[in-house]
Amino acid sequence: MAKVAMTVNGRKVSRECEDRTLLVHFIRDQLSLTGTHVGCDTSQCGACVVHMDGKAVKSCSILAAQAAGAEILTIEGLAANGELHPVQAAFKANHGLQCGFCTPGMVMSAVDMINRYGARLDEKTVRENLEGNICRCTGYHNIVKAILAAAAEMGAAGRQAAE
Amino acid sequence: MGVEGIGARVARKEDKRFLMGQGRYTDDMSVPGMRYAAFVRSPHAHAKIRSIDTSAAKDMPGVIAVLTGREMLDDGIGNLICGWMIHSKDGSPMKMGAWRPIAHETVRYVGDAVAVVVADSMGEARDAAEAVLVDYEVLPAVTDAVRALEAGQPQLHPEAPGNLIFDWQLGDSDATDAAIAAAAHVTEMRIVNNRLAPNPMEPRAALGIYDSAEDHYTCYTTSQNPHVARLVMSAFYNVAPENKLRVIAPDVGGGFGSKIFIYPEEIVCLWASKRAGVPVKWTSDRTEAFLTDAHGRDHVSTVKMAFDADNRITALKVDTIANFGAYMSLFSSSVPTYLYATLLSGQYAIPAIHANVRAVYTNTAAVDAYRGAGRPEATYLLERTVETAARELGVSPAELRRINFIRAFPHQTPVIMNYDAGDYEASLEAAMAAADWNGFPARKAEAASRGMKRGIGMSCYIEACGIAPSAAVGSLGAGVGLWESAEVRVNAVGTIEVLTGSHSHGQGHETTFAQLVAERFGVPIDSVSIVHGDTDKVQMGMGTYGSRSGAVGMSAIVKALDKVEAKAKKIAAHLMEADESDIVIENGALKVAGTDKSVPWFQMALAAYTAHNLPSGMEPGLKEGAFYDPSNFTFPAGCYIAEVEVDPETGKTTIVQFVAADDFGNIINPMIVEGQVHGGIAQGIGQALLEGVHYDPETGQLLTASYMDYTMPRADDLPSFKVSHQVTPCPGNPLGIKGCGEAGAIGSPPALINAITDAIGNNDLTMPATPQKVWAAALAAGN
Repeated sequence: MAKVAMTVNGRKVSRECEDRTLLVHFIRDQLSLTGTHVGCDTSQCGACVVHMDGKAVKSCSILAAQAAGAEILTIEGLAANGELHPVQAAFKANHGLQCGFCTPGMVMSAVDMINRYGARLDEKTVRENLEGNICRCTGYHNIVKAILAAAAEMGAAGRQAAE
Repeated sequence: MGVEGIGARVARKEDKRFLMGQGRYTDDMSVPGMRYAAFVRSPHAHAKIRSIDTSAAKDMPGVIAVLTGREMLDDGIGNLICGWMIHSKDGSPMKMGAWRPIAHETVRYVGDAVAVVVADSMGEARDAAEAVLVDYEVLPAVTDAVRALEAGQPQLHPEAPGNLIFDWQLGDSDATDAAIAAAAHVTEMRIVNNRLAPNPMEPRAALGIYDSAEDHYTCYTTSQNPHVARLVMSAFYNVAPENKLRVIAPDVGGGFGSKIFIYPEEIVCLWASKRAGVPVKWTSDRTEAFLTDAHGRDHVSTVKMAFDADNRITALKVDTIANFGAYMSLFSSSVPTYLYATLLSGQYAIPAIHANVRAVYTNTAAVDAYRGAGRPEATYLLERTVETAARELGVSPAELRRINFIRAFPHQTPVIMNYDAGDYEASLEAAMAAADWNGFPARKAEAASRGMKRGIGMSCYIEACGIAPSAAVGSLGAGVGLWESAEVRVNAVGTIEVLTGSHSHGQGHETTFAQLVAERFGVPIDSVSIVHGDTDKVQMGMGTYGSRSGAVGMSAIVKALDKVEAKAKKIAAHLMEADESDIVIENGALKVAGTDKSVPWFQMALAAYTAHNLPSGMEPGLKEGAFYDPSNFTFPAGCYIAEVEVDPETGKTTIVQFVAADDFGNIINPMIVEGQVHGGIAQGIGQALLEGVHYDPETGQLLTASYMDYTMPRADDLPSFKVSHQVTPCPGNPLGIKGCGEAGAIGSPPALINAITDAIGNNDLTMPATPQKVWAAALAAGN
């Protein structure tokens, strides 16, 4: 057993867990943040994507202990004051989700992608960058549309903020 | 159409919770005292169990119980069953072998459960499962259905000699043979429909909770039809009587058919929760999902299609061998029979059809309904054959289809179905226009200048949806009725709850069903809540599959709304001292037509519950229920066109464009319908290009048991899709809806393969058309 402390969605947390506990299980079982999902056992599906120190990671591929001291952002921490993040809003407006199971990972990957590429994103780049997130419902059509819409909006908002 | 009514592109009400990580799926559930189950599974495809030693496992840290099939048998838990009776052509009933939830004598596929461990943590349960010692006598295995029928092959069940479950036929054999003998041309093919793993992104899960004080069970489970689960677990598996068993299917992360069936694990969790005295949760990992979720397709067929001198189809003869896996899953027998052979007329007027289907046991996971269920197999067989015939006859594929289209409705096919409405030419024209079919030769020439092989292919599909009426499916062998139920509760403040027996696991019912109410009463959709997925809340339902929730589920709601409206008008007429026939409902108010008198909806509702001033003899309250059983199946149809480029150097296929033109009848929310089509097409493209379940033919080991081995379509494998709708309303239900959930998966595989074979000039190609296969086929054709 190990005592693991980190910051999750802005809150400092500390829990006892088995050494072998994966970050995703720490988040789901110890912190009861069940928005982060487990869809496979081979780090392929991306349902478990969270941000660790500002970068997207698959939380099934690192131990909770490896995240000790890190800043973790999960899907539950993305919306501010109950207002959907622009990426979340774009997924809703563009019907970028159906069953919702892959959605948290998709959204976290999309936010990371937009952080990295900004308004330079095009369809090809979005599709290549979604390689690590599997969706079985949407055929990706509306997910791609949603990410491009969010990137455009966030780019515009960013420019406005800069002006 | 209002902004939130029928036909409006309303953003989904359910999205916010999913987007904020607040969906509640079965594995998210946690109850006090809950423990974790891990299954011990057979590593062999076929073996006798000599002994099971659980003593070491029982001594492991955190272990509460280690239970075996023998104990389950002692407790009277029944066999899993197939609920659709099929009779062979000799009149004998299908030969169903015993399927124990936990095997105690023989294991018949890799993954067959042999014991279950309940422990304090998932890790401890899995550690202890590793410590259960099972002594197996390994037997030879057979995984291929064609081989399993041959003499001298391993035998799976004593009840089914030769591994043959049934040998069934449909149609007129003599008339078909005579038409083939007299034909001007016969196209013959061997068609393989590859085996698929459905792969909803949420793995199956179950949480069993036994309440000893009430002798009552609760089961949270990943189900498309919780009421059917309760019925089957009560009536056949002896888990508990219906009034002592509550089944809840909360948010469910996709199903695609694989979550229709009742699997061993939910039964075991319920039973183990009593045995171990703690709530027991099991969550499948992805490899368990590949091993134990019911697979789809896996047909091998031969087909003969006969033509007269005018290129009219005169007969179709089909012989199909269907792999059922090691056990008969809940609806397995219906899939390659009444959901398959009944659709073999396609969109064409074919005077004579005969189909023979043999169902076969093999040492593989069970095979049952997967998105489309039988109809993709029929469509693939027909549309590959029609395309091939067009090439042989030197006719354009569109022209050959046009010559043979059914144009008058209703149309009785020789294989049971009576098509009620359609306009196949309209979808064909729309698809060809959207794809710029006529511009293809120029695009092909341009591609050739870059060394690429460009091809185009089409597919005209039809499906039968709704999976009803009850009397019809009953006469064909279904063990259940296939109606749907609804209850509409108008609260005293005018808000509305709609309880439905349909289940939403991605389809957006919370939005579309509310749109229906908004359309009817002019109330905002935010004042309407959809309640589903809980047997304690909704009395009964048949669930969601076969694209039935619109055509059947919403029709039940319409019936209940009719009753609510009638009573509401009576109350309003009484309040306004008007004649009931003069009351109209508009924009959330009940008005006396032609006057300025009106009562707001909420005031009428309040009057129903205060009951201070109701018409004489009227019961207080405003709540109405309905069961709806349609008069026919519905018949969505459409035309899909794929255009591809094949790189002859690598065999890699790139989809340049994909066009879908569908007739789903009337549409409630086009945005959601388009989403269903997109997802279906992606699964169809997956089948055509990427996906395939493979077992080692000698050992029966599953070679594609993870996402490292089984190729799920990813974003960069797919294009964006061009989707359009043509509308011929369905005359069989009050909303004119046909259903849209499966079309994409049904129509797309033949369009893809027709396009690739067109590109490479070699018609000999099987799915999935991997780069290796395409490269070899192109090479064989001299490219």
